[in-house]
Amino acid sequence: MILNQFLLLAAVLFCIGVYGVLARRNGIMVLMSVEIILNSVNINLVAFGAFRDNVAGEVFALFVIAVAAAEVGIGLAIVLLIYRNRRSIDLSEADLLKG
Amino acid sequence: MTPSSVLAAAASGGDLFVAQNIFFGVIALVMVVSAIRCVTTRNVVHAALWLVLVLAGAAAQFILLGSEFVAVTQVLVYIGAIIVLFLFGIMLTKASMGDDDSVATEKRLMASLVAVLLAVVMGIALLDSYSDTRVVIDEPQRFGAVSDAIFSQYIVAFEAVSVLLLAALIGAIVVARKE
Repeated sequence: MILNQFLLLAAVLFCIGVYGVLARRNGIMVLMSVEIILNSVNINLVAFGAFRDNVAGEVFALFVIAVAAAEVGIGLAIVLLIYRNRRSIDLSEADLLKG
Repeated sequence: MTPSSVLAAAASGGDLFVAQNIFFGVIALVMVVSAIRCVTTRNVVHAALWLVLVLAGAAAQFILLGSEFVAVTQVLVYIGAIIVLFLFGIMLTKASMGDDDSVATEKRLMASLVAVLLAVVMGIALLDSYSDTRVVIDEPQRFGAVSDAIFSQYIVAFEAVSVLLLAALIGAIVVARKE
């Protein structure tokens, strides 16, 4: 297998995730797009780990999975709080800190 | 090297790895289509289900790369836990929002412009640097080797991640708790 096929797949997924983060206004959808981005990074890490025949890639992929789990927990709690206070999870309405 | 020649090379893939390349292509196609559906569909529950396909595809790619442990962790943590968390979040917020198309179209245009530019830049960089590099997988990575590395070389990072998880869970409870 060519290393580049995995890297290109990860790059395409990363861009799709970036599109989701920028275009969606639903807070939960933004979190899902962030998950797609983190997954593309994991594919890159594991591919380079297999390429160099080194476990470091897998170890860091596992760390990324753990941090992603923590991020989703906190992120969903924040979205829940926004919903409770404003009855909406539209992120374009959450503009209290806008100048 | 043009993208089509890379794809052709990936499709033929030498003489040994034909089956792997076919599986890679099928899974990659499923992943990209599901990811696009996930970020564009209006129904949030459907988006979560499309996300399941993306995550399962990533697990399959990990198996293709010989990393069974990461694949199993991916299925357990992502599909088992995080998707359930998302579904609970969707249920608790009953997110039915009519998209305001006048604002949304402009935003979507800018977002797709950024995404396409990013894809072009990354694609050129990747094709420039790694066009002929091959991954040779003789045997899968053993669970033992991974755990040895985690508990010797990366023990500090491991402990930091475990404290981070605990802090994040307590933080989530504190943030989401009703007064």
